[in-house]
Amino acid sequence: MSDGKLVGSYIVPVHPHTVLAADQNEGWGRLRDAFGEAAQRIKDSDADLLIIYSTTWPSIIGHQIIADPNPEWVMVDNDFHDLGSIPYSFNIDEEFAHAWNQANENRGLKSRTVAYHGFPIDVGSVVALKLLNPDNAIPAVIVSSNVYANRAETTVLAKACMDVVKATGRKAVAVTAMSLSNRMFTKPIDPKDDKIHSLKDDEWNRKILEFLGEGRLEDVGQLSRTIHRQIRVNKVVAFKPMWWLSGMNQNRNNLTGEVLAYEAIHGAGGAVVHLDPAASGAGDKEYDEDDVEYFLGERNVLDAQSDETETVSDPVSAKPANSNGPALWEPTVSKDSVNSSAAPKPVGAYPHARRVGDLLYLSGVGPRQPGTNSIPGGPIHDADGQPLDYDIKAQTHAVVQNITRILEEAGGSINDVLDVTSFLVDMDRDFKGYNEVWAETLGKVGPTRTTLAIRALPTPIAVEMKVIAKAPAKK
Amino acid sequence: MSKGEIVAGCLAPHPPHLVYAENPEQNEPTAEGGWEQLRWGYERLRESLADVEYDTIVLLSPHWQTYIGTHFLGLPKFKSLSVDPVFPNLFRYHYDLDIDVDLARQIHDKAADAGLAVKMMENPDFRVDYGTITTGHMFNPQWDKPLVVLSSNRSRDYYSVEVMQEMMMELGRVTREAILASGKKVVVLASNSLSHRHFTTESAIPEDMSKEHITSHAMHLWDMRMIEYFRTGQSQRILDEMPEFTEQAIAESDGGGLSWLLSTLDIPNYPGILHGYGTIIGTGNAIVEWPERNHKEASE
Ligand SMILES: [Fe+2]
Repeated sequence: MSDGKLVGSYIVPVHPHTVLAADQNEGWGRLRDAFGEAAQRIKDSDADLLIIYSTTWPSIIGHQIIADPNPEWVMVDNDFHDLGSIPYSFNIDEEFAHAWNQANENRGLKSRTVAYHGFPIDVGSVVALKLLNPDNAIPAVIVSSNVYANRAETTVLAKACMDVVKATGRKAVAVTAMSLSNRMFTKPIDPKDDKIHSLKDDEWNRKILEFLGEGRLEDVGQLSRTIHRQIRVNKVVAFKPMWWLSGMNQNRNNLTGEVLAYEAIHGAGGAVVHLDPAASGAGDKEYDEDDVEYFLGERNVLDAQSDETETVSDPVSAKPANSNGPALWEPTVSKDSVNSSAAPKPVGAYPHARRVGDLLYLSGVGPRQPGTNSIPGGPIHDADGQPLDYDIKAQTHAVVQNITRILEEAGGSINDVLDVTSFLVDMDRDFKGYNEVWAETLGKVGPTRTTLAIRALPTPIAVEMKVIAKAPAKK
Repeated sequence: MSKGEIVAGCLAPHPPHLVYAENPEQNEPTAEGGWEQLRWGYERLRESLADVEYDTIVLLSPHWQTYIGTHFLGLPKFKSLSVDPVFPNLFRYHYDLDIDVDLARQIHDKAADAGLAVKMMENPDFRVDYGTITTGHMFNPQWDKPLVVLSSNRSRDYYSVEVMQEMMMELGRVTREAILASGKKVVVLASNSLSHRHFTTESAIPEDMSKEHITSHAMHLWDMRMIEYFRTGQSQRILDEMPEFTEQAIAESDGGGLSWLLSTLDIPNYPGILHGYGTIIGTGNAIVEWPERNHKEASE
């Protein structure tokens, strides 16, 4: 199957006016027309999947994904119930929803699918699907906005989604249902009097749209927090959708953008924007927040102990890990050792790395996650030694991530890697996946490499790498 | 017409886990119990009011969120299925509730006269939020009394806790006036948790009580401070500390319910009865009753 990809991205407004009252205000009508234009473009792109990230569906337990193949109900808005009701019946790609859910878990996210009769699909998703996919010709998925999610979590959510898009060879369209400025008038207004709530909101909206028109999506993503402070009512869901959409687009800044409409909806900024993956002239990023592949946030709040951050560096203070694996140790400390709290704890008395002259020797690095000790892609066996299914690619990615962290702690980067010895516990099963991730990551750096099959590793992991790197210049 | 009366005001939280754990026939999922401290608390509250006669329940839930003023359910009957968008695994409840439209309109009109933005909700397709239903069910599982349901005006999100509280004090004042003028006997319920920081994971068995605890010590201290004020009749201090409490405990009082309740009760300086306290996925929840009989004693 050919590799799947994103064939387009759209930003669309959330309020029901475009569906129910487009004739009551010229601006609402223009937004409605822009929806129509976007729908046509989506059709012309031969897309076979619509992915909606909606800011009007908040969640608390990780992210939720609609997996009911045919959700049907009648939507009435909390505020604008007097505009009428929107009956809906959607075509949801149940299989994709489940695969995305799994991909989220592989990348360290909490996630679940939702398939209950009568589940209330939120206003933003209903409006988007009604107008972008009027005949339900294209199957869709809808994901919630987690109330507590930060940029890392939201970015990883997008990457997990793209894992599935690629693996299943889809031609997907990503949609964020959102307002720009979201300050509404707090009293009923006559439709003909609608305008952006304030000049400041309007100016910010136009600045955001200028960036998007130039295809500078990642720059808008990295301005999210500022935008939120400046023009957003402090609702539970912050201005996260640009993080997600940028993650869906490899955090690119050189898309081809076009603003199809920008109008007020009861004071809030509503825009329909099309971002085409074709590269435009723009490209340099003005901002430089980190990229992130796996979510490492503390999520084990139900188990009080696992939350603790260890500060002791005594090698004899070995403390048992979970029952599936050996005890964990604090990394040992010596004159030339390099240890990182962002790397997983050792399983014996040794440091994460040691500097000798111009070289840095790393202890074997596996995929275990710092803090939680969890294994992206899952452990290879359970506590009783019963084999489990696992994802070698996720594990390999996590190894590379851990190597990166240790090298960054030493003041260097992944580009400093010179030589790698890789250990696989199942060469037949795993070489291919491991090799693919290698090609995407360290393969681009270019170190020498030796790959060995071995019987076992100390923890229930399938891959470990022994690394020698150039030591960064001493300050 | 005889003078209306508020026979009791209660803080009556609504995490859907409580209905889930009760296993009523209206709710689709089933549980092996859980959150008993709070469910026993509701039991005590119901017993406490078992012999008290009243006509209507007036309730404000933070899960009908409106930005354009305060809205009131405005049709005599709502019947449908309510699925919690956050915990759909726990709450899929078939409800059938009656609305006291007259009283709703009376409060609505008085609020409009006072300059508050208000709207009657008269769309028959509207689905009632799970907060209203959970509190409604836990307080009165027979559903044999009509309700007045007020939305949560998100003025805290829009402006600040202070502005929210000012608006809710005014809304409480007119709610009280309208009730007294209506000739009806009424119970007033504010449906909200106290500290409101959730766990972001759920255990495999949601009702596994070995996993339930407050999210942090700071949250516990805030909850206990508020409970102390409830129990000693220090409502004014609650109102005074509302901005700090709401910010620091991420409290669900942000929806305005608690401020509105205390104002509707004319800022009670008599002790409330604490019927129960417990945590639900880390959030703090108290069930408190301010009975009218105490009010009478206090003013004698
Ligand atoms: Fe709530």
